[in-house]
Amino acid sequence: MSAYVVRRVISMIILLLLLTLVVFILFSLLPADPARLTCGKGCTPAVLEANRHKLGFDLPVLQQYWEFMKGLFIGRIYAADSPDPVVCNAPCLGYSFKRGEEVLVLIKDRLPATVWLALGAFILWLAAGISVGVYAALRRGRWQDKTVMGISLAGYSLPSFFLGLMAIFFIVIRLQLLPYPSYVSPFEDPIQFFQTMLLPWIVLAILYAAFYMRLTRNQMLEVLGEDYIRTARAKGLPERIVIRKHALRAGLTPIVTAAGLDLAGLLGGAIITESIFSLPGLGSLAVNSVNDADLPVIVGITLVTATFIIVANLIVDLLYAVIDPRVRLVS
Amino acid sequence: MTEISNVQRPFLEVSDLAVQFPTEDGIVHAVDGVSFSIERGQTLAIVGESGSGKSVTAQAVMGLINKRNADVSGQAIFDGEDLVAMSDEGLRKLRGSKMAMIFQDPMSSLHPFYRIGDQLTEAVNAHHKVSKADARERAIEMLHKVGIPLPAKRFDDYPHQFSGGMRQRVMIAMALINSPSLLIADEPTTALDVTVQAQIIELISQLQQEFDTAVILITHDLGIVAEVADEVAVMYGARIVERGSVDDIFYHPQMPYTLGLLASVPRLNEVRSDRLDPIPGNPPSPIRLPAGCVFNPRCAHQDQVADDLCRTVRPALQNVGPAHQVRCHLPATERQAAADLTLSLLGRPGR
Repeated sequence: MSAYVVRRVISMIILLLLLTLVVFILFSLLPADPARLTCGKGCTPAVLEANRHKLGFDLPVLQQYWEFMKGLFIGRIYAADSPDPVVCNAPCLGYSFKRGEEVLVLIKDRLPATVWLALGAFILWLAAGISVGVYAALRRGRWQDKTVMGISLAGYSLPSFFLGLMAIFFIVIRLQLLPYPSYVSPFEDPIQFFQTMLLPWIVLAILYAAFYMRLTRNQMLEVLGEDYIRTARAKGLPERIVIRKHALRAGLTPIVTAAGLDLAGLLGGAIITESIFSLPGLGSLAVNSVNDADLPVIVGITLVTATFIIVANLIVDLLYAVIDPRVRLVS
Repeated sequence: MTEISNVQRPFLEVSDLAVQFPTEDGIVHAVDGVSFSIERGQTLAIVGESGSGKSVTAQAVMGLINKRNADVSGQAIFDGEDLVAMSDEGLRKLRGSKMAMIFQDPMSSLHPFYRIGDQLTEAVNAHHKVSKADARERAIEMLHKVGIPLPAKRFDDYPHQFSGGMRQRVMIAMALINSPSLLIADEPTTALDVTVQAQIIELISQLQQEFDTAVILITHDLGIVAEVADEVAVMYGARIVERGSVDDIFYHPQMPYTLGLLASVPRLNEVRSDRLDPIPGNPPSPIRLPAGCVFNPRCAHQDQVADDLCRTVRPALQNVGPAHQVRCHLPATERQAAADLTLSLLGRPGR
């Protein structure tokens, strides 16, 4: 088992290195000129050339990649030969001359809002999705099942911008149940934090819960027909133990897969929800950077997001082994 | 020591049991007026083709039929209590303690994610308040009893680490761990290798004697029936069509369907030039059971019965021996002639 983990971690690191290369090459192929962002209206061919050299964009792509990787592990100094060099300490994900800030610092600033949004919504949708899914499965074909599945289909089909705008319009503006969202750290002002996050959590959770309800219901229906569930009943186990311990555990695997990947995806930023509720997260940073063609930031966010997904994949695979002993044997 | 037990009711007495599943295509008559009884220590074999209602009968007795999806009627008096009328909770308390069941496919009947030891102790804990150590000890004792080598070590193994035969042994250990007085074995050997089949049947018989258990053995393997059963009920089309002792069924069969079953068994002790004798046709749809005798569409003898009775009137179970009953319109002499013919073809003397 531990050998398996080590193998997986090593292959994960190799994958990440390859990924940085691909991302780097992809973005260097874009027609946008990063040097142009450094001088705005004062750009002259001479200034552009100087700045291009300062940023290292005059180097061949592979050498740029090499500089980037060096920056990642040992730090990097931009424009070392000029009077005002920019120091970017390891791990250096690059430097945004547009914002005059290290990419890593930008991402670190934006990450908390994204993480809080994703985690809160994740807990809500898992709790709601799984419990309602089990409930529907146990009442298969009856009106409770049909109602729940109808609502879930509706929730699934509603776009988040619609749900989000409706929530703000009715709950914040019309009924004034909550103040207008304005993000603060939960450690600074927990009450305002919750007031701000409640709606985005719910909006995001509704979207995902709908999918998890269906997934859980279908899994449960499949598992409830299994022979070992009949065995559990034949043993005289109380029905709630049959459902929770025997059926739900067996149906969990695909739910864990989906949950891990969905959470990782959200940690890369929920672009629409963050924009609607003006949350200073990775999603809105990504959108702004794309609008500004701020390449170093885009590369940085892409790498961070990809890392989340790769790590989530690893965790999901390890969880398989925890859930299903047969997986342990194979590994 | 003498005891007068004849005045008591049978240990399990099922009368007029019927199970119907309403579906969109119509009502499925899975079990239609089945009656039988069994005493402790006895083995009743229920034989018949797939879909004849054997398993549903067993599951109805165990209370494993979801009453929301099905309509169960009749009576099943078990040790003085009616299982059909009993509440779900009452049935749950009996299941696994006083009555237990083992199933056809040991590969899928154990939960793949839990250690077999935990699955065994779970069965103990469902009915008794015992310490973890005591439950463990009991489980290891049962594993030993069903012939699992190194039971204390295998206790911590998962089902996928066992072979099919060993898994069925684990299932038997789990079923018998609370010393039930009724064991229902639903095709316990069908999914196993032939050599393992004999071991499992032997094991069930041996434990039956030890615990004085009443065993209902559901099977379509007539060889096993001949070996272990005391009584046999032949099911066809949701009904019992013939019932009697093993001798009655094997040496004095009466119902044309039973004759067909006997004739379709392959035999190794004779050189045969021709093929097996299957019963022509297919079992009836449980949604549209034939009027009259359920076997009439496949029966070769119906033209020997006057007035088209086979197609119009449902035959009653009539006594043809002390404990031998048959559901057939054929006159006794004709039945006997058919039976003698079949038995002579099988190389066995008739009556």
